Amino acid sequence: MKPILTVDNLQTHFFTDSGIVRSVDGVSFQVNEGETVGIVGESGSGKSVTALSIMRLLPSRVGKIVEGSVKFQDIEMSKLKEKEVRKIRGNDIAMIFQEPMTSLNPSYTIGNQIGEAVRLHLKLNRKQAEKRSVELLQQVGIPRAQEIVHEYPHRLSGGMRQRVMIAMALACNPKLLIADEPTTALDVTIQAQILDLIQQLKKTSNTSIIIITHDLGVVSEICERVIVMYAGRIVEEGDVRSIFESPSHPYTSGLIESLPSLDESVEWLETIQGNVPIPSQMPTGCKFAPRCKFVMERCKQEEPELIDIGMGRKSRCFLEGKRKNV
Amino acid sequence: MSKPLIEVKDLKIHFPMKNNILFNKEKRFVKAVDGISFVIHENETLGLVGESGCGKSTTGKSLLRLIEPTAGEVIFEGKDITKISTREMRDVYRNMQLIFQDPYASLNPRKTVGKLIEEPLLINSDLSPKDRLDRVYELLDVVGLNAYHANRYPHEFSGGQRQRVGIARALALNPKLIIADEAVSALDVSIQSQILNLLRKLQQSFGLTYLFISHDLSVVKHISDRIAVMYLGEIVELGTKIGLYDKPLHPYTQALLSAAPSIKSTNRRERIVLEGDMPSPVSPPSGCKFHTRCFAKMPECELVRPQMRDMGDGHYVACHLYK
Repeated sequence: MKPILTVDNLQTHFFTDSGIVRSVDGVSFQVNEGETVGIVGESGSGKSVTALSIMRLLPSRVGKIVEGSVKFQDIEMSKLKEKEVRKIRGNDIAMIFQEPMTSLNPSYTIGNQIGEAVRLHLKLNRKQAEKRSVELLQQVGIPRAQEIVHEYPHRLSGGMRQRVMIAMALACNPKLLIADEPTTALDVTIQAQILDLIQQLKKTSNTSIIIITHDLGVVSEICERVIVMYAGRIVEEGDVRSIFESPSHPYTSGLIESLPSLDESVEWLETIQGNVPIPSQMPTGCKFAPRCKFVMERCKQEEPELIDIGMGRKSRCFLEGKRKNV
Repeated sequence: MSKPLIEVKDLKIHFPMKNNILFNKEKRFVKAVDGISFVIHENETLGLVGESGCGKSTTGKSLLRLIEPTAGEVIFEGKDITKISTREMRDVYRNMQLIFQDPYASLNPRKTVGKLIEEPLLINSDLSPKDRLDRVYELLDVVGLNAYHANRYPHEFSGGQRQRVGIARALALNPKLIIADEAVSALDVSIQSQILNLLRKLQQSFGLTYLFISHDLSVVKHISDRIAVMYLGEIVELGTKIGLYDKPLHPYTQALLSAAPSIKSTNRRERIVLEGDMPSPVSPPSGCKFHTRCFAKMPECELVRPQMRDMGDGHYVACHLYK
């Protein structure tokens, strides 16, 4: 399989008044053609900043990619000029945002907003753009597409707006689609509809998808591979089934066990003690050491590398290294 | 079974909409809650689930009369609290407290956490200043914080810690009933499980009764003894944890349960994907309000509103499929 996106040692820092925040701290991964990859982590883990770095959408004054490379096909994204990025963004790489309520412009019609991308990138005229918008709306399952293109966003419900966002992202047949918490703001039954839609898209096109979410259930439903992030770093990576069945990193297993389940009942839930460390008090060794059940003396001194543990899986934990040596 | 602590009978909450001045149309109402009844027994947790706009939060707030009910009765410890004066309501507040969803917005940023927790004691108890302080320290300890946290301000706390402060405030007056409105929804998974365990521990040590409102089915299942499912201002199904989750009767409950994503591939349910969105509560569908999205719709569903039917073992359902 050919990689479509290669992220190598990406470091994105935010320069704030209260110091430097290392939101993404040496992240490397690949996304292959036609593959769906999930990036999971809790708030502050750096998963959204990773996406924004790939898209070059960081707030320019404070956020900077200080090191590393983001290669899309053969193009080095981090070195491109803003003008050149614009040719790729929304065309070859598209993004779906979390808040369908705020990420649509209230003063333009739906057709106008979907049409903008195709008129710009595919050089279609007004008429053709409208035709394409209607097609796209039908593709994402919006009824009365002919009328909806002339409507404004406030007339639509949350689920419908998210469909419109997806239609916009698909407008130029992107090779890579990045979805940042695409179902988080939606109700369960609407979430099921949107997940269904993404499944269908996967079947009908060869688009690679990155799903960024905190919801392990969503990842399990639609991703093939998953990357678990904690405090700006990848702590575990591998295919979804084997990670959920036998997680390697204590953080991943903690996350899975602390989820209440619909299938079994327990009196007490497993917990991960403590909180995510704040940037100014980042531990020196393993970033997860202060919350880890299996913490050793070594974990507090040095940070483990993300090592290959076989079967295409990687883990950042000394315990794995031990297991391997035995 | 233990005796009922609170009983809600045919509760209705209708919000009037602004009248059209030009054309003197008849007044319209948003029927947020449209005739619901349930009982919560002492030391029990009743879960209230539903999607946004189904009226679950409005129900929770109206029990405290933060939103005045339009009709119906709320009987708390044998007294109908919808008919009593604001002064008498104060005594009720002592026994009934609320935990809010957003731990960021529900704490006054200009007061220290100690002052925030002390506030209910100032208003509703006659403890001396020293006793109050002791009680604040005791409460901080109970919710897993330390005495030195008392002099800090809310912004110095993480989301999970703020929710602990919210819980300490609610516990200050030793209430009997705690209404938790999406109390863990804003929290990360690892923190969510800490708070859920804390709520359970508090229930066991203080004999608390919970009304636990949430949209998250697995969280509700974990914490509740009985569960009520709401749709468009009505309870469509009510049952024990085991009864409702193992054998959901109402098509809406079945769809909700099947739609929840699960991390286990082995026991994945056949997913029922409902079409469309929830209709507007201003002009809800006739008959059964769910008929516009139901996969088991029959002709009579459009005409007749189904009544709550007792299916045995404390399981109730409002659906024409069951007769």
